Parts: sequence; structure tokens; C-alpha cells
Amino acid sequence: MAAVDKGQDAPRIILVGSPNVGKSSLFNELTGTYTTVSNYPGTSVEISRGHCDIAGTRYEVLDTPGMYSLIPISEEEKVARDILLNETPHVVIHVIDARNVERMLPMTLQLVEAGLPMMLVINIMDEAERLGIQIDFPALRERLGIPVIGAATARRRGLQEIRQAIGNQDFCVGAPFSYSPDLEDDIQEISTCFQSDYRLSRRSLALLLLQKDTHIQALVGDREGELTEPLMECVKKVAFARRSDLHLHISLERKRITRNLLNGVLTQEGGRKPSMSDRLSALTMNPLTGFPFLLATLYFGLYKFVGGFGAGTVVDFLESTLFEAYLIPWLLHLGDRFLPWYWLHELMVGEYGIFTLAIRYAVAIVLPIVGTFFLAFSIIEDTGYFPRLAMLVDRIFKKIGLNGRAVIPLVLGFGCDTMATIVTRTLETVRERIIATVLLALAIPCSAQLGVILGLLSSVPGALAVWTLSMALVFLLIGFLAARLVPGEQPMFYMEIPPLRMPQLRNVITKTLTRMQWYFVEIFPLFIIASVLLWAGKLSGALAWVVKEMEPVMTMLGLPSQASAAFIFGFFRRDFGAAGLYDMQTSGLLSPVQLTVAAVTLTLFVPCVAQFLVMNKERGWKVAFGIFIFVTLLAFGVGWLLNKMLLFTGVLA
Amino acid sequence: MKLSEKAEEILEALWIATEEEGENGAHFQTLDVGPDDEGLRELDRLAYIEVRGERVHLRQEGREEAKMTVRRHRLAERLMMDVLDIKGASGDAKACEFEHLLHQGVDTKICTLLNHPTTCPHGKPIPPGKCCLEAQARGEAGVVPLTEVNAGQKGEIAYLSVTDPKKMQKLMSLGVLPGNQLRLARTFPAYVFTVGNSEFAVDEDLAREIFVRKI
Repeated sequence: MAAVDKGQDAPRIILVGSPNVGKSSLFNELTGTYTTVSNYPGTSVEISRGHCDIAGTRYEVLDTPGMYSLIPISEEEKVARDILLNETPHVVIHVIDARNVERMLPMTLQLVEAGLPMMLVINIMDEAERLGIQIDFPALRERLGIPVIGAATARRRGLQEIRQAIGNQDFCVGAPFSYSPDLEDDIQEISTCFQSDYRLSRRSLALLLLQKDTHIQALVGDREGELTEPLMECVKKVAFARRSDLHLHISLERKRITRNLLNGVLTQEGGRKPSMSDRLSALTMNPLTGFPFLLATLYFGLYKFVGGFGAGTVVDFLESTLFEAYLIPWLLHLGDRFLPWYWLHELMVGEYGIFTLAIRYAVAIVLPIVGTFFLAFSIIEDTGYFPRLAMLVDRIFKKIGLNGRAVIPLVLGFGCDTMATIVTRTLETVRERIIATVLLALAIPCSAQLGVILGLLSSVPGALAVWTLSMALVFLLIGFLAARLVPGEQPMFYMEIPPLRMPQLRNVITKTLTRMQWYFVEIFPLFIIASVLLWAGKLSGALAWVVKEMEPVMTMLGLPSQASAAFIFGFFRRDFGAAGLYDMQTSGLLSPVQLTVAAVTLTLFVPCVAQFLVMNKERGWKVAFGIFIFVTLLAFGVGWLLNKMLLFTGVLA
Repeated sequence: MKLSEKAEEILEALWIATEEEGENGAHFQTLDVGPDDEGLRELDRLAYIEVRGERVHLRQEGREEAKMTVRRHRLAERLMMDVLDIKGASGDAKACEFEHLLHQGVDTKICTLLNHPTTCPHGKPIPPGKCCLEAQARGEAGVVPLTEVNAGQKGEIAYLSVTDPKKMQKLMSLGVLPGNQLRLARTFPAYVFTVGNSEFAVDEDLAREIFVRKI
């Protein structure tokens, strides 16, 4: 890890803090750009960068994933800490939750002792005040020796002061706090062993070494070279001499210092009555009321709103009325008039044309479905319901080798599996990440595909039930097997449960639009590429060849040969394939059994190109290819079995 | 009078079969003995047991001794796990050897050291000894794992017996630290509790490693 800065042009503001304290919302307010703000931990897995101008100076602002202390556990915490290790900040703004100052202040102490230029923002003051919490800011400022500002960024409170503070100050480094004499001796002893220069103070590094931070051990090993050994000997000697868990000892010391700092500064009136939100919260966490609540959420949120309204009403309007009746005929007319060359005519408005296929699919079919899903998801997300859901399903998820926390990427997968695959990073063990990635690739249809399939199957009685049952069975079976076969540590579950909140309209709308924009920008080029490839395949005869080659597989599944085209589409975009089936269904080419078998196989079948690329990036090509082959074989295997069973039992006949 | 190790093992198995599993005695096979077993004869002489055919029954006279044998075994297990940090099969084996040494007040000392635990590491109850009852009478609130706190109860976190350093670190950074007050809200499907103004959910495995002094 080099201490070189990536460009020293703009002074840097780094936002750090625990998950769910409002870092992203402060970032948005400072920079005017948008990153996703949610009411559950682990949403920001990557660093957002933006700019802001204060008093004529241009600053670069970095928003980091949430971290609880300077020692990272999960991937995203490591990302956040690496920033502190590598970048030179103008100021590090530690954002904490006013309701939990005592719990979060120890990290402020760590940042101060690391020798970083600091500012403390105590956020969510509005909710804290409602709990009867009072904070004496001037006193805390004096005791900490750094600027301390109270804010409620979601309500735009305190922003002016934060800007002013950033502009006014040359941030000096606060004085570190004293631990117990024995610990101070230990720190002293280890600090003197360092020879190289580090971004973080030696005091801080010594403490991290005493807490057995493996990343710091590696960093120090890199820098000190031959001197590492005596240094590590010294650490071991100290750790042994104390004969106690220094990690706990240090935490308790920080707690003691925090208590002293807050003595007389922080007051809370006791005896608060449980609020409406507390009561509702209890209902969502009680299995007796929680599961009906979940089903209702799924029914109204997903089935009615996304499936019914998005994939039904809106798609019907755009697809049948706007595109089929007006736009496409008009474009065809234009094409016939101005594009005399067959190849160009085909490329633009032909069977796989950019306008007739790519744009129509992307705009008329996919966008409304994805949009309604993201809207529903954003609302649910902002209420803080997901951590409660995670807690509710933890026991069940343990059976499939995951813990409740994994419910978030899996539910997100119903929106977009590609995005969800990135979010699996928030899971703590490699094992959980692999299992979740497999399940996402296999059994979780994305919103676009789900929408098309819901529309497709709802016309055939019983088909939807068979499809749902097949998906659920495959999901549970594969999860169950994965839990037994994938090596690695067993998952454990712990999660902070944020209070239930009323979603804020502004946040929900911006979030939905940003996600839709992200989705559209990411996938639109893929639609174009897919249609160009299909076009090239058609003109060169390659497509016909592949379709023919896949015929035996289709026969095996009991499907007409044309269905192979849908499967080839499916690899480009999941919903592309489903939409291909839609075309076949409307032309009356599929019997109910065939339709169901095709829908099940296609849903299980390979992830789309984008998801595959992300799998590759996140898990490495070996795992990605392994999953790809496994998923393909399993999809066709299940399709074959389902076909046999349906024909044998006569269900859907 | 001190019993032989074999006799203690038989008593223990009998106690578990009759008192905890509700069986009417135990078969030779379950006890891993033959009709001429040394230990069996020893217990028979003391009138602790009665042999009928191939089944062995625990007599009223042997109940107290059997109960204490089980108690020693489970205390030994707790000691291995919580203090000496020897887990898994090797912990079980060591506990088996060790239990036979816990006589004449040694069990009381260990019980007090461990703060009168109520369950063994496998979740089975440890029959309370005199020391436990006395501590209870004195109103000493025992330290119990979070799994033994009822929903709605409050407590102070006494210590964490978490062995995985990552878990430990996470709990500490969440503010789940000794000395902090805690209120348990739910025990199913996960353990939900508040520390300060924050609410947390943990699974049963983790809850078993958070020790709380009930208030």
C-alpha cells in the first residue's frame, strides 16, 4: 500500500461512520449528486466521489461504506478503512447517530488518535430530541478538541454549519486520550519499534497490532521489512505479559473514556412510552403477525403493483398502444422509404432490429416493470423493514447455508440480479457469498423477467402455481445441498435493527429514478449489442445454425424448435428470453405444458450477460464458469424432469 | 464413600434415561454392561439400583448420588468449554475423565467459579447443588447466557464467551460490551435486544455466548 496520493488537486473530505447514520444523505446534500440512501445497513458497497464548492474552494467528497470501528470485518468495511490508510484528507467527517452517541463515540476516539484531521457530525438530532436526548455541544467540542456539529441531514438541518466549518478551518489534529497506565506503557513500548512513516499515527497502529488486525500486520510487514520481526516479537511479548484479551480491554478503556467525556454533556429524560412505530415494529418481528405481514407486502407490493400494474397496465399501454399501434408502423414506414438496403433495413426495423427489438423491449417492456419494482422496493427499504425481515427468516435461511442478512441481496435480486450479485459483498463469509450468487443466478428471476413471466403464465390456469412451486423447490433444494457441500464457516447472524420510519417522498423518488437510470444506462447498450448480434446471426445464418443445433435439447424438453431462439435471447437478457416466449405464446405455438416447462427452464437458465460479467468480477472466473455450467445443466435437467412429470400426471393437460 | 468410575458412569446413564428421557430403567446394552459388571455389582450392594432381568432400575436410595454424578459431569463440561476453552470431541472426552475428580467440595468450588451455571454446553440442565440454592437464597443474581433470559427482562452484560475473534470484534464495536445494560425484547425467531437506544438481533448461537447478569 503506497502512501502516494491520487492527485493532489482538490482537498479531500472523507465521510466515515457506522452504517445507517446518514453519511450518504450528507454526501448528497454536500455534492448535490445522488447516491442511494436507505434505511438498512450495508447499502453503500462502493465509494462514491463527488465535488462541492465552499467559499470559493473546490473540494472532493468521498462517501465510504459504513464501518463500526477502525478494524474491518466485512469487505465493505475494508474498503472504507483502506481510504483512511491511503488518502490524505483535508478533513475526515465522522458522522454518528445522536441516539447512540455513547456507542459511536469510541470510533471518534480511534480516528482522533489515528492523527487524522477531524470533524464530528452528530446526525439524526430530530429523532434524538424526540427521545428526550439533550447534548451540550460547546462542552463536547471542548472536551474532544475537534469541531462538533449537531445535524439532521434528512431534514436539512445543520448543513450550513457543516459547510461553514469545512470552509473556515484548518483542521488540526486532536490530542489523543489517555488509557490506563499499563495500556499506555504497552503502546509506548510498541510505538518506539516502528521505523517507517505511516498515514495513521504510530499510537493507532500499535493499538491495532495489539488487537491482532491482520491487514495492519501485513501493511507493517511491507513497510518495515527486516524490522518487522522484532516489532511483532514486541507485540507478542506485550500481549502475553498482560494475559488478557487486549481487544476487549481496549474497548472497555474506550468505553470508560467515552463515559467521562459524556458525563454532564449528554442527558436523556427517561420513561418514554412505546410509540406507534415501536408497536408496529414488534408486530413485524413476531412470526405470528410478521409472516402474514410479509405475504401482504409481497402480494400488494410485488404481485399487485409490479406484476399487475407495472407488467400489466403500463406495459400494455406502452407496448400495445404506443409501440404496436403508432411507433412501430411509423418506423417501418420510414424504414421502407429511406432504407433501401436489406441489411440496414433489417438492422434498424427488421425482426431483430434496433428499433423494433432493442428499443421496444427496453422501453416498453422492461423499463415499466423495473421502474415499478424499484419504486416498491424503495418504499419498503426506506421504512427499515428489511432488517426485520432478515431477523424473521434467519432460522429458515440457516438451513440453506445463509443467514437472515442474505435476504437483502436475494430480495434485491427480484429487481435486478446483476445489482444483487454486487450486494452479496455485504455477506461476511466467502461461503455465503458463493451460495447467494448461485441462488441468484439460478432461482431468482429479475423484475423484468418476473413481470413477463407473470403476464405470460397468468393466462394459463395452474401454470403459475407449477412455476412457483418448481422455483421454490429448486431454490430450497439447491440451497440445502449447498449448505452441506460448500466448504467454509457456518454463518452467524447479528444485525442492527433501525427504527421503522415513514419513507420520505423526496428520497423515494430520487432513489427510484437513480436506480432506473443506472439500470437503463447499464442495460440499454446490452440490448443494442444483443439485437446487433442477433441481426448478424440472422444474416450470416449463424443463428439458424445454433437454433438447429439446439433442437435436440428442445425436443428433449418437449418444446418446439423455435423455442431455442428464446433461450439464446435469454443469455443476452433474462427478460429478453421471456419476451421471446411471449411472442411464441401469442402466436399460439405453445401448449400449456410446453409454456410452463419453457418458463421454468428459462427462469433457471443462465444469468444474463451482465450478471455473468459481474459474477466474474466478484467471484473470479473459475467460480463464475463453474456456476454457469452448473446452472445450465440443472436448468435443462429440471426442465426435462418437469416435462416428463407434467405429461405423466396430466396436470395442465 | 467414593464410587468407582464405572459405577458413576452407570448412575449417570440411568439418571439421564429415567429422569430426563422418561424411560422405565435402562437395558444392559444402553448402559454398556454385562450381568457380571463390577460397577453394577457395586451399585447393587449399595442398594442404589435394582436389576430385573436385563434391565436396571434406579432406586430411590441412588437418586441423589446419580443426580450429583450428572451434575459433576456437566460442570466439568462447562469448565472445559468456558474456562479452559477445550471444545468438541476432545472437550467431551476430557470432561468425562475429569468429572470423577470433582468430589468433596471441588464441584462446589467450580460451580461457584462458573457462577452456578444452569445448563451444560449441550443445553442440558445441570442439577443445582447446595451452593446454587444458597446463592439463590442470598439473592445473588446469577450470570446466565442470553438464551436463559426471558423476553422483557433486563440485565447487565457480564462477559462475552465468544471464541471467534471476528464475532467478538463485531459485538464490541456494536456496543455489546460488558457493563452495558440490555433489555431482551424477543427470543424467537431470533434474539432481539436493545442496548442504549439501539436494537439488535442475533441468532441463538451468538446469544448463547453473551452472558448477562439479570437485574
